[in-house]
Amino acid sequence: MSAPGAARLHGLMAEFRSARSLIRACERTHEAGYRKTDAYTPYPIEEVFEALHLHRSKVPLLVLIGGILGCLGGFALCYWTSVIEYPMNIGGRPHNSWPSFIPVTFETTILVASFFAVVGMLALNGLPMPYHPVFNVKRFALASRDRYFLVIEAEDSRFDAEETRRFLASLEPTEVFDVEP
Amino acid sequence: MSLEPQRFAAPADVARLGRNALVVGAIGAAASVAGYLSDPAQFFRSYLVSWLLWLGIAAGCLAIAMLHHLSRGAWGLMIRRVLEAGSSTLPLLAILFLPIALGLTEIYPWARPDEVAHDEMLQYKTWWLTPGAFYLRAAIYLAIWSGLSFALNRLSQRQDETGDPGLFRKMQTIAAPGILIYALTATFASVDWLMSVDAHWYSSLFGVYFIGGQGLAALSFVVIMALYLAKREPMKGILGANHFHDYGKLMLAFVSLWAYFALSQFLIIWSGNLKEEVLWYKERTEHGWNIIALGLIFLHFVLPFLLLLSRDLKRRGRPLLWIALLLLVMRWVDLYWQAGPAFSPHGLTFHWLDLATLVAIGGLWFAAFSRRLARRPLLPVNDPFMEETLDHE
Repeated sequence: MSAPGAARLHGLMAEFRSARSLIRACERTHEAGYRKTDAYTPYPIEEVFEALHLHRSKVPLLVLIGGILGCLGGFALCYWTSVIEYPMNIGGRPHNSWPSFIPVTFETTILVASFFAVVGMLALNGLPMPYHPVFNVKRFALASRDRYFLVIEAEDSRFDAEETRRFLASLEPTEVFDVEP
Repeated sequence: MSLEPQRFAAPADVARLGRNALVVGAIGAAASVAGYLSDPAQFFRSYLVSWLLWLGIAAGCLAIAMLHHLSRGAWGLMIRRVLEAGSSTLPLLAILFLPIALGLTEIYPWARPDEVAHDEMLQYKTWWLTPGAFYLRAAIYLAIWSGLSFALNRLSQRQDETGDPGLFRKMQTIAAPGILIYALTATFASVDWLMSVDAHWYSSLFGVYFIGGQGLAALSFVVIMALYLAKREPMKGILGANHFHDYGKLMLAFVSLWAYFALSQFLIIWSGNLKEEVLWYKERTEHGWNIIALGLIFLHFVLPFLLLLSRDLKRRGRPLLWIALLLLVMRWVDLYWQAGPAFSPHGLTFHWLDLATLVAIGGLWFAAFSRRLARRPLLPVNDPFMEETLDHE
């Protein structure tokens, strides 16, 4: 908790000059027990995900559920139209001609799975987000050029404005900023 | 990271594995010869399926190696030596084609003059399916594939020796037309060697189905070898979870591709419902062969597909090893299911020669493979993309 009287912060931000120093800082931050953290880099860096243990996203599970729903729904649609509602004799084949249902089933599987992927991704990451406090730091614009940033949010249970600032400074960043809410 | 070739010499285990394979192969060969003396017809039929399995792995290695040269992905550099050693065995497989050439009349109905004399359809097909032309075409296919693999292996060897960074362009110059030529020749080869065991039947999707199966078998074999090497120096710590994640994704793609071709071929024939075409599926879905067909659907597609969806299973060695082994076995089952009913349409049968010939060719093949693998460093250290790949880790 921040000290009484001090302005409430969104968090603290450290700036790094290289990907390697950011990765090391992320590892140490995770080791120190901070969990409400995020890193910003000009390009995706696999090791940062690993260092902050960010791989456990729920999107793959949503996609799987969407795929299963699409698969069952597509087959049910074919079955309902061809067997229950509009049974027709096509070339003497049985009404439940499952091989001819497979292309439709396949397409609806892909369709619903990709809908779940896009909508699920947006629902979980909160985009579109017109305002985010990190942009209050002027130098943060460099995150899309050649600098690497690590943020520890004030919501983190271990966050303490002074102690966390000292911790971030010990990671050898080029600078540590307060992130106004 | 230092990149001296000596650091990446193959572990001594590879040579030992090759010697053991040679012994096993020799025992299999002796059993096969005994089988040939007692039941020549069965020997040739079993031999065809076994030869096609190992040929598919070697030819698939060539195709994936060419794909790697063209796409230059980091995944390919780590397994390039396995692909090169696999494809360099093609001349051996060309020699092992000889028993098939000798047993033509036992395998193919179009090679039996008395049968052709009573069959108008076979007479019509004699402009393509005659022994002379069959031999000539087989020689051409095998010579082209061996030539491609020889040329690529020689350039790769020169890259090891001179370190000339321009050599990868030359490899691409061979691989680009090579992959087209391979697709065409493998299509014709599949018609000659496998489709024509039932000379009445035809399917225009058969070639890609055959190539897809080869690619999957080769990839599964490569994954098994990569997992073997990753446990030993010098590849320990270099070949890691990220690479196996990539190979798992490729396997998932190949499994889906195989299922796509298999279903497309079935769906088209099922929709057309023509007598000459559907009989092939009818024979393969009754009298016990239906169990194999169901096995193919569930063990060649559904199970590996669902397992390979998981990120963790792709990144962990042991589950991936089991999936690759399953897919290799199912590749053999697939070939057996395609060829077998032509020889015994009235019931599913297995013969001990099926196993003996598989072990005989496999043992000799693996011995040749591991000899080639042990001869060169396990990483193409002079490849211009190598340093970048290692740095990425």
